[in-house]
Amino acid sequence: MDVAQALADLTEISTQIEAAVLFDADGAVEGSTLSDERAAAGLATAAAQLLDRAEALRSAESSVTQVEAALGDGAVFVVRDGARRIAATTVANPTVGLVFYDLKSCLRDSAGSVQPEESQPEKPKRAPRRKADDEA
Amino acid sequence: MKRRVLALLGFATGIFAGSVVFRRQFGKRRDRVEVYFDDGGMISYVDGAPEAGTLLDAARDALQAARR
Repeated sequence: MDVAQALADLTEISTQIEAAVLFDADGAVEGSTLSDERAAAGLATAAAQLLDRAEALRSAESSVTQVEAALGDGAVFVVRDGARRIAATTVANPTVGLVFYDLKSCLRDSAGSVQPEESQPEKPKRAPRRKADDEA
Repeated sequence: MKRRVLALLGFATGIFAGSVVFRRQFGKRRDRVEVYFDDGGMISYVDGAPEAGTLLDAARDALQAARR
């Protein structure tokens, strides 16, 4: 699924999400629900800043995977999966778990168009059952 | 006697439930940021905490950019 389609599905599924933008580690916008490119770039830049500042707060090896900021008149969500990120703004008091789930789904769905086979490691194959085991 | 205790217990429960509903409905919610880590940890920063300032500023910028 391409980025535009994944974002269109996201806004169709979640009525709480007002705007969303997909961007990379450098802050370059891959796609957005906003028609104004400057607004999309502004959202991506601010979201990248939020992620970087959150990362700076913890010195341990663990890295930030997602951030939620609840403000009086809305909320901001940022989810990271490797080098790819998605940020979204929502109405006030959204269903946090649902928004995170939808954003992760969007990130995963759109990943196919950018990185075809990197995110899913190959599962180990199960050894075929021997006939002797069945008979025992 | 038993009926009186039950009535008193019901009254107290009602008062408690009412206060919870009232606080949820009318209590002022403070801005906050919740940061989730890949080890399963989560830290919540409430407005007023020293670390919350820079995070909330970036979040306000993001919301403003999207609604411009």
